Amino acid sequence: MSNEKEYKVYVENRQLVIPGEVLAEGDIEVTSPFIYRLGNRWYSSIIGLVDVQDNKLNIIPLEGYYFPKVGDLVIGLVIDIGITNWIVDIRAPYKALMNASDVLNRQFNPIQDDLRRYFDVGDYVLAKIALFDRVHNPVLTLKDKGLGKIVSGKIVEIAPSRVPRVIGKRRSMLNMLIEETGCDIVVAQNGRIWINCKDEQLEDILILALKKIELEAHTTGLTDRVRNFIREEKSRRGIE
Amino acid sequence: MKKEKPKLIREDGLRHDGRRPDELRPIRMEVGVLSNANGSALVEYGKTKVIAAVYGPRELHPRHISLPDRAVIRCRYHMAPFSTEERKNPAPSRREIELSKVIREALEAAVFTELYPRATIDVFIEVLQADGGTRTTGITAAALALADAGIPLRDLVAGVAVGKVDGVLVLDIDQLEDEYGEADMPVAMMPSLGKITLLQLNGVLTPEEFREALKLAEKGIKEIYRMQREALKKKYVEIKPEET
Repeated sequence: MSNEKEYKVYVENRQLVIPGEVLAEGDIEVTSPFIYRLGNRWYSSIIGLVDVQDNKLNIIPLEGYYFPKVGDLVIGLVIDIGITNWIVDIRAPYKALMNASDVLNRQFNPIQDDLRRYFDVGDYVLAKIALFDRVHNPVLTLKDKGLGKIVSGKIVEIAPSRVPRVIGKRRSMLNMLIEETGCDIVVAQNGRIWINCKDEQLEDILILALKKIELEAHTTGLTDRVRNFIREEKSRRGIE
Repeated sequence: MKKEKPKLIREDGLRHDGRRPDELRPIRMEVGVLSNANGSALVEYGKTKVIAAVYGPRELHPRHISLPDRAVIRCRYHMAPFSTEERKNPAPSRREIELSKVIREALEAAVFTELYPRATIDVFIEVLQADGGTRTTGITAAALALADAGIPLRDLVAGVAVGKVDGVLVLDIDQLEDEYGEADMPVAMMPSLGKITLLQLNGVLTPEEFREALKLAEKGIKEIYRMQREALKKKYVEIKPEET
């Protein structure tokens, strides 16, 4: 008996692939929901960049909505208030629910408590997805460190598919942004970024840098280019 | 008064517009032409010009038409009032409602709808200029728009019409050939899987002619598919890193 796995990979690492493209044949390990199998062949179902490591394949999508996953950090926008919960937009195909009992952390009486006192329509909230499956809409929770209403700073929206690039390999991009601008940055999985800056000029530069990352996400050497961009902007505006 | 039938196949064997029988019209494709839609594409087959926009997957209202196990695809094929020689009434006609359904079914075969239960994917196909083959142009554009929206697809879908004019099978018929020809057969396929998702036939073909026509359509679709792939990739190749 041989342990040799028989497989053929037809794509290179970081290659741009489109739906219907044959990626590989044979014994392949797949970690992306966007690779599907037909007979002995593996196809891509989406536009993205492939990650090839021997017989392990993954696709990083370049387009698409945010799809909720339990445990994800998201920034939601309160859009409606129910009797015992808030309806929150998380830029997903489904509206999220945030229960009053979870937020208040105590027994809760809808007659006495006015939910508007805690979250009103238009408020942003940093939360985690507690529950989500095919049958139920996502449920948010605030029971973790640092979660809650966002009362300062600004929210920048980028395409959710660009989030991995803003964070970078081992947080390299995010650490660089924090280092260069000195701002507090929280990147949520649904493509909303909460930034908190001391200086308005730095805030502007950071927003421009984030938009640059969004536009050039599929190119290589981006971290260095963005760093240069921030430094240039800083010297052009005469701030240190 | 009906106009006299023009000569569709010239003495030299070429068609009225100078194409060979198995030649496509000049095709142009562009992806990501609309910023408000999640995905969009503009496709031209000769003088036929179609724009497609895709929204979603998103929440479906009214709720009761949603499906518990997969997404609903809603498709609207519409011809702009200025797309034809005589003004077309903008209200959806019987023909447009039927084509919307046929196109929806041609696309549904490709989309992984089961990944988005209870949601909807909305496809809008707007014919800007009509010169025959609008439904197949629409399918080609809609497939590009779906891919551009990041919706998982088994494969792109590409379409083309084959016709019979003056007894000759011709690829990618235009308005004139459709009007005066003997048959019109629109075909759409998922080319790399070799699956047909739309097949209609208007007119009469013998079984041999039908087989021949299907082969011709497949050849045209392969060519269009190649262009679709190029158009999709072009969107990303064009954004080059800025020189700093």
